[in-house]
Amino acid sequence: MDLIPTASQTVGPFFHLGCTTNHSISCIASPTASGERVRLTCRVLDGVGVAVDDAMIEIWQADSDGNYSHPADPRVQKCDPGCGGFGRLPTDLNGMCVFETIRPGRVPAADGRLQAPHLNVCVFGRGIMKGLQTRAYFAGDQANDECPILALVPEERRATLMARSDPGKPGDWYFDVRLCGQGETVFFDI
Amino acid sequence: MPYRRHDSNTQPRSLYPPYRATTERAPRQPLIFLPHTLSEITGPVYGHNQVLEADRDLTRGHPGEPLGERIIVTGRVLDDGGCPLRRTLVEIWQANSAGRYYHQKDDHPAPLDPNFTGAGRALTDLDGRYEFITIKPGAYPWRNHENAWRPAHIHFSLLGPAFTARLVTQMYFPGDPLFPHDPMLQSIPDEEARRRLVSKLDLDATRPEWALAYRFDIVLRGCEATPFEE
Ligand SMILES: [Fe+3]
Repeated sequence: MDLIPTASQTVGPFFHLGCTTNHSISCIASPTASGERVRLTCRVLDGVGVAVDDAMIEIWQADSDGNYSHPADPRVQKCDPGCGGFGRLPTDLNGMCVFETIRPGRVPAADGRLQAPHLNVCVFGRGIMKGLQTRAYFAGDQANDECPILALVPEERRATLMARSDPGKPGDWYFDVRLCGQGETVFFDI
Repeated sequence: MPYRRHDSNTQPRSLYPPYRATTERAPRQPLIFLPHTLSEITGPVYGHNQVLEADRDLTRGHPGEPLGERIIVTGRVLDDGGCPLRRTLVEIWQANSAGRYYHQKDDHPAPLDPNFTGAGRALTDLDGRYEFITIKPGAYPWRNHENAWRPAHIHFSLLGPAFTARLVTQMYFPGDPLFPHDPMLQSIPDEEARRRLVSKLDLDATRPEWALAYRFDIVLRGCEATPFEE
């Protein structure tokens, strides 16, 4: 008989002890990894716009050719060894944390169509009973228009999934997560 | 292969007003159903080279022995088909025996224990089994409501085989009278699902004259049996 998965519980405010004090990862792809360098600043805001200073953000992404460093990816052997693909950081007093990485390549969906470059983002925190799954896409990327997953999101809410660049700072991208209320980020049932 | 989806009553409500912080932090819009792609069925295979045998003994690594009741916490990590999950990372953190976290944000006026930090990690073995040696944590107040106390618990984090199977949870101790008063546990609608977060006294794993053992088995989501359509 099938077993029922264990219920989730919040990480609470003291997750640093077990998850990030000694085990945070800000560098998702090393400086030797191929691809366009990205310095991604994530910021978490609550329903009234207050910075969430006790969240944990995890990121999982493909390398610059769209390969994941994981055995379920048939192209895992081709994955760039410089791109571990995993990042994990606590937010600071401003609700922010900064990851060093590369812009990932396009990953196929189940039907073979290519998704647009994206980072898989999971937000944990006090008051969050189950990690919130979202995605950070790159605003202005032409592939966004043909991404089969973005197409599932109502058009008026797609902007919440876009990381934005700063024309004055090449390589700098900013991704805000609004947990609820005005401009609430799209979260996925994965 | 996509991962199985389950009855949402066996998972906590994200908006659960008795747990006050959910009202500012729980999404109000419905989640958007995402058919699994490689992005969901892959995930970090992380930490395997850095986990030391000593990391699973939270009573060591300090000048002396921590205060409190020494316990063994053990169990198996399985997928929902019953298969053991091997070499998977289990991370834990907890309060000390007085109910105080070794954390600057914890201002509960209970003593810190210089011999207990309260964090550990382990990899499961080929049978999916893990084992920690630690101290039974104390209950602690948390200001959520008048006279709010958390039942004693240990926080667990598992990376699992894919980002979809990622789990953060809490393990409780049998017979705690605080269960009915704890909004975190009560945010799970299904009574059986709540019960499964409560560990069991495991006399077989006990070490006589040394430590009682508690068993906590963990189930992560698994792959569907049917493959993708081509
Ligand atoms: Fe806690």
